[in-house]
Amino acid sequence: MSRLAVPKTYKLFIGGKFPRSESGRVYEILSTKGDFVANAALASRKDLRDSVVAARSALSSWSGATAYNRGQVLYRIAEVLEGRRAQFIEEIVSVEGATAAAAAKQVDDAIDLWVWYAGWADKYTQVAGNANPVSGPYFNLSVPEPTGVVAVIAPQASGSLLGLVSVIAPVLAGANTVVAVPRFDAPLTAISFAEVLATSDVPSGVVNIITGKPAELAPWFASHADVNALDLAGAGDLDWVDLQIAAAETLMRVLPPVEGVPAASLARITAFTETKTVWHTKSLI
Amino acid sequence: MTILSTDHAHSLVGTDFSEKNLKAVLNGLPGVDAVGLEARAADLGTRSIKTSSKAWAIDKIISLIDLTTLEGADTPGKVHSLAAKGMLPDPSDTATPRVAALCVYGDMVGHAVDALGTLHGDPDAGLISIAAVATAFPSGRSSRAIKLADTRDAVAAGADEIDMVIDRSAFLSGRLGLVFEEIQAVKQSCVRTDGTSAHLKVILETGELNTYDNVRMASWLAMLAGGDFIKTSTGKVAPAATLPVTLLMLEAVRDWHAQTGQKVGVKPAGGIRTSKDAIKYLVTVSETVGEEWLTPHLFRFGASSLLNDVLLQRQKLSTGHYSGPDYVTID
Repeated sequence: MSRLAVPKTYKLFIGGKFPRSESGRVYEILSTKGDFVANAALASRKDLRDSVVAARSALSSWSGATAYNRGQVLYRIAEVLEGRRAQFIEEIVSVEGATAAAAAKQVDDAIDLWVWYAGWADKYTQVAGNANPVSGPYFNLSVPEPTGVVAVIAPQASGSLLGLVSVIAPVLAGANTVVAVPRFDAPLTAISFAEVLATSDVPSGVVNIITGKPAELAPWFASHADVNALDLAGAGDLDWVDLQIAAAETLMRVLPPVEGVPAASLARITAFTETKTVWHTKSLI
Repeated sequence: MTILSTDHAHSLVGTDFSEKNLKAVLNGLPGVDAVGLEARAADLGTRSIKTSSKAWAIDKIISLIDLTTLEGADTPGKVHSLAAKGMLPDPSDTATPRVAALCVYGDMVGHAVDALGTLHGDPDAGLISIAAVATAFPSGRSSRAIKLADTRDAVAAGADEIDMVIDRSAFLSGRLGLVFEEIQAVKQSCVRTDGTSAHLKVILETGELNTYDNVRMASWLAMLAGGDFIKTSTGKVAPAATLPVTLLMLEAVRDWHAQTGQKVGVKPAGGIRTSKDAIKYLVTVSETVGEEWLTPHLFRFGASSLLNDVLLQRQKLSTGHYSGPDYVTID
């Protein structure tokens, strides 16, 4: 007996909830052969605005948690991701046209990359921070602190899950909160990844994922006064110089586009930190 | 000769304001269709407001705000910074209108007067009034003598408006006459030595009245007793102002106006935090009692955090990009 398939509704992920786009818009996700796979929500600038509000309100508790605790939450995401390998492989095969083996490799790479960044969560301050040498009876300490709300445009031409993980994980490891725009033509893994986040002790609002056109959304990120940094990893096809100019209005940090998937590096974590230097007396007389 | 509000009350209740007569009038009010009321309120909340109307609405909301601080931890400094914000809500845009009033505890009225200086006055003239909560706010649990002394103190210190709470205990146990007398007595205490009088806002604390029927009854009771304004809540009890309750009170005000020709104000207070919510209230006012009610003497928002959200929206409209909490004050 044949069974009627139950197609999944792919929605946005904002503030720990899965709303439809405020605009009511959706777009069709097609397989590489051109067959209909699913509808995805097409986010508007108001969804973007709501995501930034959610990310801002989640920032104090996420950046205020202990580094060890943040690391544990990030490891937990990798654990849950591992348990849902099959679903991600299926989505990658159906939309990106990859072979099952290539899809499996992409998922494994994504999980491994996530674990790599999770490990840094309670270690990057020791590496990027410093006790500066001074000629006086006081300490001078530099410590990296999170930049704040980071907006990222995920790679648009590379593996959809690996690309998303490669830009979100360093932002979270650095104790920032994030609003991510995943790969436009293959957003299914991003929303399934949001389901992983929603069931992995990640406080709501720490990660927000809005599926939509980078060209439509990026200018609103760049001019948004409450976004502290903008990662244009996947914005190579856009006029990203204009985005940099708009971002300069509010002294927003901007990371330029990269080819392919950004490599795992400590520099991607420290790119979204601000160095705070303080002095303290060596002893009370 | 001006017609006193009690004359209107006499025409409805009769010569004698006995509890029996009051109950005859108030129990004769039709029951509230709760489902219909909530559906109507929800419908009014779905209006699409386009950019130019939104810009108008945002300035209107600011000019109708009673900027409020009612905390045990209030200090003279807090009142001064509140006044500074009320006078110049957005220092980056001096075209931003001023708020209608500052709302503080009675003992802070003197500090508010000092802080406002020459800008203290009638909101119709672009100045800022001072509203003081009185009568053992927010619970209202003290003797009549203390409540009246509380009111007289605030008026003497320079308050232009008095926000009193009704005795919910008396109301809920059916002693409507007691509630009525108390409102009248407080109204008397609002009279200044020169014969003028502070405006009286009557807080119904709808969150404690339990039913819509009670809210309608309390609204009429407050208007019969001479309240210039009826106000939803103290902001200390949840739920505070909701759209259905405000709609119901606006309907009471509309019906009162139809019967007596007198215009009574409405002030939703507490729980209105976003411009989106506030715009829904503006729509409700203009569709229920008419646009002429959208003036500081007939409609107010009791709010503290609302102003910041409205300012963010205002900055968005004027600059074209989204603003953030870094660009407004931390209150």
